[in-house]
Formats: sequence, structure tokens, C-alpha cells
Amino acid sequence: MIVDIPRFVAAERPYWDELRALLDRMDSEPETRLALPQIQRLHYLYERCSAGLARLDTFSTDPALRGQLETLVSRAYSEIHETREPKKIRWKAILFGFPRAFRRHLGAFRLSVGITLLGCAFGWFAIRMDPHSKAVLMPFQGLLNSPAERVHQEETASKDRLSGAKASFSAQLMTHNIQVTVVTLAMGMTFGVGTLILLFYNGVILGAVAADYIAAGFGTFLTGWLLPHGSVEIPAILLGGQGGFILAGALIGWGGRSTRPERLRAIAPDLFAIVAGAAVMLVWAGMVEAFISQYHKPVIPYGLKIAFGVCELVALSAYLGWAGRE
Amino acid sequence: MFAFELATPVTRALAWSVDTAAIIVANIIFGQIAKLAAAMSADLANAMSVAGFFVISVVYAIVLEWRWRGQTIGKRLFGLRVMDIHGLRLQFPQIALRNLLRVVDMLPFFYLVGGVTAIFSRNAQRLGDMAANTIVTRERKADIPDIERIAPAKYNSLLSQPHLAARLRGLVTPEGAALAVRAITLRDSYDPPARVVLFRELAAYFRRLVEFPEESTENLTDEQYVRCVLRVIYGVR
Repeated sequence: MIVDIPRFVAAERPYWDELRALLDRMDSEPETRLALPQIQRLHYLYERCSAGLARLDTFSTDPALRGQLETLVSRAYSEIHETREPKKIRWKAILFGFPRAFRRHLGAFRLSVGITLLGCAFGWFAIRMDPHSKAVLMPFQGLLNSPAERVHQEETASKDRLSGAKASFSAQLMTHNIQVTVVTLAMGMTFGVGTLILLFYNGVILGAVAADYIAAGFGTFLTGWLLPHGSVEIPAILLGGQGGFILAGALIGWGGRSTRPERLRAIAPDLFAIVAGAAVMLVWAGMVEAFISQYHKPVIPYGLKIAFGVCELVALSAYLGWAGRE
Repeated sequence: MFAFELATPVTRALAWSVDTAAIIVANIIFGQIAKLAAAMSADLANAMSVAGFFVISVVYAIVLEWRWRGQTIGKRLFGLRVMDIHGLRLQFPQIALRNLLRVVDMLPFFYLVGGVTAIFSRNAQRLGDMAANTIVTRERKADIPDIERIAPAKYNSLLSQPHLAARLRGLVTPEGAALAVRAITLRDSYDPPARVVLFRELAAYFRRLVEFPEESTENLTDEQYVRCVLRVIYGVR
């Protein structure tokens, strides 16, 4: 038992201050690797402060002092007991981490595709059965015009309507689509209900637009317009949906014995890899949409645009399906 | 062996408002830089503004919490720190995830979902914290007051009952002790009647925690009693 608290505090304070200074240094210089004698000193100080805290706990003392020492010991604990290797930026890990994370959760991706296709089917049939529902289903003013009118305008345009605004249009597309993808993933926290609604709604719009253009006989225009950017953009949003369902799966946790925090801890790296990969895909898709997709025959032949889109889709599939396989 | 003190939703909201101000300032500075690019191309300048605003808003907290071990400017100012729920070192995916999930916590406005979740959560976690297994703690930095200066005494009769003095030290909260220190420090600035009421209430609070025998408190005014209590709490003889 500590009989004389002020004397004990006076004797121990230099060690507490030394530990705090060491931890502050590690905070401000995260890349610094401690030499062996410094690691040994950190361990000694941690043990000494922990012992001091334990001794203070056995004897009633100033709560503020105990709180201060608890903060110090907890900071040292996190440095000493962390067994996970600190994440370092390794290009190989980044390049292969994304497709590996994607393949580990193929079921969630299939669900994401399935919900979107269901939405597509709904949008398709809604437009085919009731063409007047277009005003309700289409979110953008540009899509409300008749396809024939739009195609005529695009193919006979004498000047570039995006002239001097391509870069800003591209930036707007990138930021908007990344937001949509992140929200689709984050909505997994609603046990997947929000993710499901967003994917279904995206599918409805896609199906409605496709039905409108194909019924009017402009399937080639539609494919040439959507495929160059859509072959990357749509999978990226599906990946957001995959992330949302992974999150929802960890929250619900059917069948497993692990606790919810354990399940969430296990999926965190994969979720990050998927959302980061999708964001990079959307940066590419934004550039393609602004600089290629908005130009039609005769500026860029449809065949070339479709071939470009198909190549992107094949490359993306190959990357997600095979990159980093062991 | 040790416990974390969780940050309250109010403190977190204050830290967040400082961070929002920091993001706005960063965006204004970046907007000025982007304007310089307008000399080359107005389109490029616009694109830089749009992308810059988005990147700064998303990346601000992620980068700072990663570099400063769980702290942003606002969190540093208010002594808060994001920590792994098991006290381990934060991993980058945890930081990214808790910040990306802000979009849900911010719904429908002013962090209503996140705020309500934090109020009802056992560990004061918003949804992003739950997904990332993180908590936000308040760092306790004890400024040990100079008791000899603010509450000098030749003899402390409460110390004649060491077992009761020890119990008092164990029962008093940091907030209660801080309030008493503040009352003693500012005593001269109070009106005499208000001062009498204040020390009566403080003395009554400490008496409720531990009752000393009459011979130890005899002839002590309420203010003297509070001074003696402070000397007991901070271990000054």
C-alpha cells in the first residue's frame, strides 16, 4: 500500500512524463522506427506506469490523477499490444487487394447484380406498358425528350456543346458517381434495406432508358452512348452495392458464432479495398463519359465506341476475376 | 486495468464544427489556387474546384486521423481521440470506413442519425464507429492545482480520520473536485451572499459523500470545510 501519496507521485512523475514524451514523439513522427533500446525503455515505462496505476487503484486517490495515468497507460497499451502489422502503401497489395476482396464476397456481388437486373426489368416493363410513366421514372430532363429527337440533335450537331467545359463536366460526373457508390455502400448499415432500394432504383432508370431507346429503334445509339463509360461506371456502382451487402451481412451475421464487432472487424479491410477500387474506376468512367461518350456519329463511329466499351468490360472482368490469384 | 472516458455527443459536435470550419478554410484556399489555373483554362480551374472541394471534404478527416493517431484539428482542440474499441492501434481501413459512413450518420440533417445512435449506444458510437469498431474518447489531462496556494491551511482536521479521508478520495468525482477548485480560486469575485450559498452547497455535497465525526469538523465554516476536503483529495497535508 502507498502510504504517502504525494511522495509516491513526486517519485513516479518523471517516469510518467518520460512515457508521455515518448508517446507524443511516436504520434508526431509515425514513420519513426524505435531502436531496440528505445523499445525496451518503452516497455519498461509502460510496466512501471501500469504498476503505478494498479497501486493507485488499491488506495483512494485523486480521481483526476488516476484518469490522467489511465489515459497514458491506455496509449502505451495500444502501442505495445498491437500485433497487426501497420498498413504500409505497397503497390502490389493495392493492385491485387481489390480483386481479391471482390472475389471473397462474390455472393454479395451477385445479389447486387440480381437486384439491379430486377429493377431493370421493372423499368423496362413500366415503359413498355405505360410510356407516360417516363416523366416519373426518368430523373433527368434530357431523358424526357423523344429518342428520335435526341439522336437527330446529337448526330447533326455542328458545334461541340461541351466545348470549354469537358474537364468540369468530367469532375462533376466523378464526384457525383463516387458519392452514389459510397452512399450505396454506407446504406448497408440499414441492414441492407437502403442498399437494396438504391440498386433497384438505379436498375429501374437503366431499364426504362433502355426500353425507350430500343423501342424507338435506336439500340445502336444507346449502346454506343452508354457502353464506353457504363462498362466501368455500372460495375463500380454494383461494387458499392456489394460493399453494402457485405456490411449488412456482418451486421446480421447468420449462422456464425462470432460476435458482431468481430465480424465487422473482419470485413473492414475488404470494404475499404472495394470502395477504393470503385472510386478509381469512377474517375476513369468520368473522363470517358465527358471526353468520349458524349460524341456520336459522325465524330466517333458507333462501332468504335462499342468496341472500346467491350474492351473495357473484358479488361475489367479479367482484372477482377484473375488478378492476384494464387 | 484502465478505462476510457467516452466523448459526449455534444463535445463531438463541437469538434466537428471546428473541423467543418477547417474544411471551409481549406476549400477557400484551394479555390484561390484553382483560380490561378484559370489563366491557362477556365474549364480546368472549374474542374479543380469541383474535384478539390470533394476530395478535401472526404479526405480531410481520413488523412488527419491517420497521421495524428485518431485526431483532427477539432478533436485536438477538444482533447478527443478516435481509438480502436479494444485499445489497439487504429488501422487505416478502420479510419477510412468510419469517415466514409458519415454519409449515413449525417442523414437527414446535422448528424441526426449519428447523434441519436451515439446517445443510445453503450459506447457512444455513431453508425460509422460501430462498423469500424472505433470509439471516440476524451483524453484526460490532469492539471494538478496548486492547493498550497489556493487553499492554505496550518492543520487539516479531516486527516485525523485517515480511513474516512481515503474513502472521500475514492468517492469524489473529477467534476466535483474541479468545481471546488474553481469555487475556491474565484471566491473573491462572488458576492458575499452568493459565496455563502455556493460553499454551503459544496460542503453539503462532500458531507453526503463521507460523513466525518463531529470532532473533526467542529468550528469549521463551510468554506473551510471545502478547503480541507480539497487538501484531502489532492493529498496535501
